[in-house]
Amino acid sequence: MNKEFVKFDKVDKSYDGKILVVKDLQLDIEEGEFVTMLGPSGSGKTTCLMMLAGFETPTHGEIYLDGKAISSIPPHKRGIGMVFQNYALFPHMTVYENLAFPLRVRKIPKDEADKKIDKALSMVSLQGFADRMPGQLSGGQQQRVAVARSLVFDPQLVLMDEPLGALDKNLRESMQYEIKHIHESIGVTVVYVTHDQSEALTMSNRIAVFNDGKVQQLSSPDELYEKPVNSFVAEFIGENNTFAGEVLDISGGKCKVKVANTEILANPISVKGKGEKTKISLRPERALINPSDKMDNIHSGKIEEVIYHGDHTRVRINLLGNNQFILKVPNSSANMDIKLGKDIKIGWNSDDARALDPK
Amino acid sequence: MSSETQQILTTDGIPLEVSLKKAERRNKIKAFLLVAPLLLFLIITYVFPIGDMLMRSVDDKMVTEMLPKTFKAMEKWDGKELPEEEVFEAFYLDFRKLVEEKREGKLSTQLNYTKNGFKSIIKKLRRKSKSFEEGNYKEQIMAVHKRWADVEYWKAIKRRAPAITGQKYLKGMDMYKNESGEIVSVEEDRRIHRILWLRTLEIAFFVTLFCFLMAYPIAHLLATLPMKYSNLLMICVLLPFWTSLLVRTASWMILLQQQGVVNDFFVWIGLVADDARPEMMYNKTGTYVAMTQILLPFMVLPLYSVMKTISPSLMRAGKSLGGTPIVAFWKVYFPLTIPGIGAGCLLCFILAIGYYITPALVGGASGTLISNQIAFHMKSTLDWSFASAMGLMLLAGVLAIYWVYNKLVGIDNIKLG
Repeated sequence: MNKEFVKFDKVDKSYDGKILVVKDLQLDIEEGEFVTMLGPSGSGKTTCLMMLAGFETPTHGEIYLDGKAISSIPPHKRGIGMVFQNYALFPHMTVYENLAFPLRVRKIPKDEADKKIDKALSMVSLQGFADRMPGQLSGGQQQRVAVARSLVFDPQLVLMDEPLGALDKNLRESMQYEIKHIHESIGVTVVYVTHDQSEALTMSNRIAVFNDGKVQQLSSPDELYEKPVNSFVAEFIGENNTFAGEVLDISGGKCKVKVANTEILANPISVKGKGEKTKISLRPERALINPSDKMDNIHSGKIEEVIYHGDHTRVRINLLGNNQFILKVPNSSANMDIKLGKDIKIGWNSDDARALDPK
Repeated sequence: MSSETQQILTTDGIPLEVSLKKAERRNKIKAFLLVAPLLLFLIITYVFPIGDMLMRSVDDKMVTEMLPKTFKAMEKWDGKELPEEEVFEAFYLDFRKLVEEKREGKLSTQLNYTKNGFKSIIKKLRRKSKSFEEGNYKEQIMAVHKRWADVEYWKAIKRRAPAITGQKYLKGMDMYKNESGEIVSVEEDRRIHRILWLRTLEIAFFVTLFCFLMAYPIAHLLATLPMKYSNLLMICVLLPFWTSLLVRTASWMILLQQQGVVNDFFVWIGLVADDARPEMMYNKTGTYVAMTQILLPFMVLPLYSVMKTISPSLMRAGKSLGGTPIVAFWKVYFPLTIPGIGAGCLLCFILAIGYYITPALVGGASGTLISNQIAFHMKSTLDWSFASAMGLMLLAGVLAIYWVYNKLVGIDNIKLG
């Protein structure tokens, strides 16, 4: 497998010559991988995708596809499949004609093209819809046609630009699985853009978190969630409890951080020495009530709010000066005594409390 | 059977439909009252004049009313030999009455339309008829002028008997009904209307074509440029609308005349010699140039409104799927603009086909259209019935084009905005 199937090499992009939308982007994508570009709007992720598709040119740097520099190749010669945000199906053509378009321009004989179209339609379970116009299809069906059309000419790389943004929640979830399964079954490389983190976590092999024109972290979904490398990623992905503080001491892979007149033991990720400002990040499910004595951080706080969520209860606690500290308590009979205004003991392991940049 | 059993009643036992109508009546009356002024306005300013025009174009009552006795006597005449004495007598009686009312001049004009030569013999008959004796009018009238003894002239009078005639329409197509009642074309060198019809169609067609060729890129620019520039461009497109039609045509006259700006420029850059300046006005060229410029916005606006709705991602999709920019344009973009093209072309063509002021001012002899001929008959010859006949033929032509367009493209596909 080609480790550098797609390679962004020091790519900069600016639209107006004043602001860099993409800054010094360095990104390698392996062949057959499903990589998601995730980030808030305006973070540069769609611009990256457009540069890869050929609709925008990098201001500086080069993009390589399978070892070839592609900046000077026009979009129609790149052979990259693309699924657009609003599907971009040709409204005056039937589903069949939409799928036949990329095959016709490649001068593929009709019987061979028909086979490919049949295959692509069955892949998205839309057999029998070939003669419909796009306007006669539901949003989900249109989305499947768009996916089928981007795959029908067997591209090595498929780009998807927030393809599920216009669908309702249930449909979106089932389409996520469907796209994931298609990717697994045909082994095409997919670059997927979204601002929906659960979508990214569900589908991807690796996720590139974009912010401010830069990739903040590129790693697998679990690593991204469990081991965020900076405060932005920690806060952007999933829920997060934070404590701002100052490092008192680092030793033996642990650091002592002074927070609101007490000390917390934490895992030093981006702090190097004494006196540094830091922000400690702790996932809500890693903090436990009624902790065992083995945990090296045990503190007590006051319950400020209790929200019932069916299978679990969310408890907001004022802990060490942070009154937004969230706990997720499983809904079991042992945890029935959680009441508003009560003081409660909470503990966590220092490994799970990551001392990151203060930002 | 089933409708009776299925009839739904309200709780009071009144059929639901009746009850619904009652409930809706007030709203219906209100809505009607709201549109009533407009309806009245349309009837007065649109339906009546067109109806009146239609009547006028086929109306031939004038002669029928002037010679009632003659036409009654002529009913028995077979129209081959000279008529009998009773026809002459009836004609004389009718004629005396007209002379007393001083209306014989109108009769001579009307009869002259049918056949040349009536004017002078009617004048002569008026003079001589004062001294006619009673009886044997045939001899006396025939003695006035030899044409009165010519059966052709009597046939011509008989042709005017019906109160309704289609001859104005025939004349509009350079045809007429000859003495034996056949419809024939006029001699080659007197056919002016056919040339005008064909020229009108030709000019309307080419003006539409030129408008389309120029408007398509403009509309595309308008639809794709950033707002800042497209607004400016839109003002440039609309600016002509805010200028009087006459002013625009007059400025074309200044530009295109032989000593005009365009010719001066051509001479200055050495394209033409000073003594061989091309004539760009008072001919078809002038009509083409000025009409294309004036009708351009009518093509740009429908095209723009359609292009505005075409998502740019469609072209991108076409390219990303492997189509060259030309293929993507031709297979994806162009078919989607067809409703706009249809609307723009229909609008331009229909406006061009009835265009009047511009061809009248810059058209000269070879650049005038049928509408100028209509105006000529309205203002100069005062043959209103002929003018309205041609007006109606124009209207029928436009409706026919509309019908053909509807059959070919479908009127539902039109998009004006």
